[in-house]
Amino acid sequence: MNDEQALARARGLRKEYGSGEGLVRAVDAVDLDVARGETLAIMGPSGCGKSTLLHLMGGLDRPSAGELWLNDRRIDRLPERALAQLRRHDVGFVFQAFHLMDELTAQENVELPALLAGRSPREARRRAGQLLDQVGLADRAAHLPSALSGGQRQRVAIARALVNEPVLILADEPTGNLDSAATLEVLRLFETLRSTGVTLVIVTHDARIAATADRLIAMRDGAFADETGRTVGTADSLGALTGLES
Amino acid sequence: MGKLVIVLRLATRDVRRHVAQAVLLVVAIAAATATLTMALALNGVTSRPPYATTRTATKGPDVVASLTSAAQADKLTHAAGVAASSGPYPVGSAIIRFDGRYADVFAEGRATAPAPVDQPLVTAGTWVRPGGVVIERSFADALGVAAGDRVSLNGKSFTVAGIAVTAAQAPYPNLCNGTLMAASPAASRFSNACPASFNIPFLPLPGGQQIASSDDVGEIWTTEADATGLTSKANPLTTWVLNLKLTDPDDAPAFVYDRAAAALSQSAAPTFSNWEGIASEDALLVQDGRGVLQPGALLLALLAIASVAVLVGRRLSEYARRVGLLKAVGGTPSVVAATFLAENLVLALLAAVVGLVAGWLVSPLLTSPGAALIGTAGAPPISLSATTEVVGLAIVVALAATLVPAIRAARSSTIAALNDVARPPRRRAWVIRISGRLPVPALFGLRLAARRPRRALLSAANIAVTVTGIVAVLAFHADVDSKLSGASALTAGGLSDPVVNRDEQMLAVITVMLVGLAVLNALFTTWAMVLDARRSSALMRALGARAWQVSSGLVVAQVVSALPGAIIGIPLGIGLFKAAVKSGILPPPLLLAAAAAAAATLLAVAALTAVPAWLGTRQPVAEILQSEAA
Repeated sequence: MNDEQALARARGLRKEYGSGEGLVRAVDAVDLDVARGETLAIMGPSGCGKSTLLHLMGGLDRPSAGELWLNDRRIDRLPERALAQLRRHDVGFVFQAFHLMDELTAQENVELPALLAGRSPREARRRAGQLLDQVGLADRAAHLPSALSGGQRQRVAIARALVNEPVLILADEPTGNLDSAATLEVLRLFETLRSTGVTLVIVTHDARIAATADRLIAMRDGAFADETGRTVGTADSLGALTGLES
Repeated sequence: MGKLVIVLRLATRDVRRHVAQAVLLVVAIAAATATLTMALALNGVTSRPPYATTRTATKGPDVVASLTSAAQADKLTHAAGVAASSGPYPVGSAIIRFDGRYADVFAEGRATAPAPVDQPLVTAGTWVRPGGVVIERSFADALGVAAGDRVSLNGKSFTVAGIAVTAAQAPYPNLCNGTLMAASPAASRFSNACPASFNIPFLPLPGGQQIASSDDVGEIWTTEADATGLTSKANPLTTWVLNLKLTDPDDAPAFVYDRAAAALSQSAAPTFSNWEGIASEDALLVQDGRGVLQPGALLLALLAIASVAVLVGRRLSEYARRVGLLKAVGGTPSVVAATFLAENLVLALLAAVVGLVAGWLVSPLLTSPGAALIGTAGAPPISLSATTEVVGLAIVVALAATLVPAIRAARSSTIAALNDVARPPRRRAWVIRISGRLPVPALFGLRLAARRPRRALLSAANIAVTVTGIVAVLAFHADVDSKLSGASALTAGGLSDPVVNRDEQMLAVITVMLVGLAVLNALFTTWAMVLDARRSSALMRALGARAWQVSSGLVVAQVVSALPGAIIGIPLGIGLFKAAVKSGILPPPLLLAAAAAAAATLLAVAALTAVPAWLGTRQPVAEILQSEAA
């Protein structure tokens, strides 16, 4: 893949914590290219640095060294305000712990990034309704997160990630807190997104989830240990492929 | 627009979810704003409506002249612009005694027939008669005398024929605005003679005190014969009062100004007061309350800051998660700070409104003109500047408690906030070293207090403000007691003082509010501390500490944090008293009482901590350790 094809690009990316003898390299000289429309899975044991890499790519954290590019724009040196705008317009996050606001309804949670992006309340409401319908939760729009199941909460979080039509969706252990049925729901949703050309980076330590991706990168001790290209990941075989459906 | 929707939505939802906290916050700030509203409302009080009512009912004079010779009256009564007059009436000075109390009085000799100008309105009993005196109502209240009682004047016995009010004199205890000669009549002020300028020689009071002037002189009316009968060679008649009614009352300032200016170069010249000056003196009784209310509002505002800080601090971890989330979905630092501040600012504005309304509704109680006048003052209008000050105070309280956490939240790491990483406790090697030699409760308590220095500081501030308030109140009471017991040569013996009575009532209310808020703050602080120390407490018990040692340790931690506040509160309270009463003289038993108050406050803190601490030790250790590990 040449640089022009890559939506996201990392060169010599490092993230270090502490100093001296206590220095920890969470991400160690990583080079990465993510193509437009690609679904990339990053796997590895706990503490290998996969979540940190995701946070760096999404501008949630700053690298200690190296370069990061998104949509042909260098983002590793952006000020906080510009990073906030990047997260608002270009990136959508899906977290393992959902991170929905407990005091807001499903609809209001989805509206949140749209309102931050400057859309009118009416437009934000319309778009949130559309997305909740898309993720099958139109009838749960007025419910608080506490009244939703784990799978439903994660679908709300996905709808929230999509509301500003980002170029990149970053999912950090998106099924880590879900049972098999809910996991399948979420994977089907990702499959639908992939078919519409959305670029997805999924961090997971579940091989069944990784099996649905176009490409799989294994991480260990902050660096890439292995990379595998795949040709599967279709919705038809998803359940069987992941072993979540007989 | 969208961001505003987010900010308001989050603020309103949060308030709805934490109603009790929101109510507490509003109450804490409203206590301060209501007190400030009352203090500011007193600024605009002039006692005009009650004074006007009394003036009409008593045919009040436009000008009162205090003459050094009865012959000076003729020129004044025939002056241009004078429509009517009464007097000159001889004024004798005397000592009145009743039921063990005594005071100096002016005894104004009157005819038994009604006067055309300044005819005091009898509110109880009848008008003067030989051997029967009428006592001005505010002075009668202070002396505790009623119509029909018998009093002595310079040793002679008289019957109290009646009680009356007048618009020609300032009320007891002769609050004084003084006379000010400026470049024009409008800029000048003419009111009753202030104590220093009384030209009546007073008799030695019982006990031998010789006072040349007093600010606690009562007004009584007798017959002319009785008034002159009170004088003697040692106590000669030197003053006559002349009341003048002008064709236009608005000319009174100019009338007085011209004559006072002419009298400047003369000795033994008359002195003057006009009705506007007397009205302003009547208002002083009400306005004196500011001296209590303004420091009270300051103390309550400081406590409110501590309350808000405690309430906000309790939920910082919850706020942190929200901050992380907002940042993750694209919230800029300013949006994050705005959402953090909005809720407390909205509540502060609500508290300002509550305080304004409550203060305005209560203010008629404070603006009551007292016994000297008839009629009511009603609620004074709240000016725009007063409203601005009150709203400003509420905003300052909210900002002082939340601005730093808001800025810190805006600058915080998104990842740390999302993961809700609690700030690690401070490790202080010297505390660990020293506490190692102490018994288990002290060891545990000291280490707990040292690991959260900000919380300890907040606790100390809370106690400092509380002790400051209590010491100031004690000082005020001790000051009043020492004056009423006659220890001060400047006051009459044993009389109650309407100004002091009012101040004491206000102080009592402020003290109750102070202590109430302080108890609430202490409860929140101790609960927060006990919750924060759950894991450490469970660990101590797992390692073999007994429940009472752990509870005692928590009590020690809280008392150690509060101790500096209790100590510093003593000089702060004394300083506040000195500033409020503008006196450097401290009542003798104050230091002992202040130290006792500080000790009692610390005991209260210990008791308030003991309950949650004891409840905390009832939960199984394994359950706590497991829940903390999850």
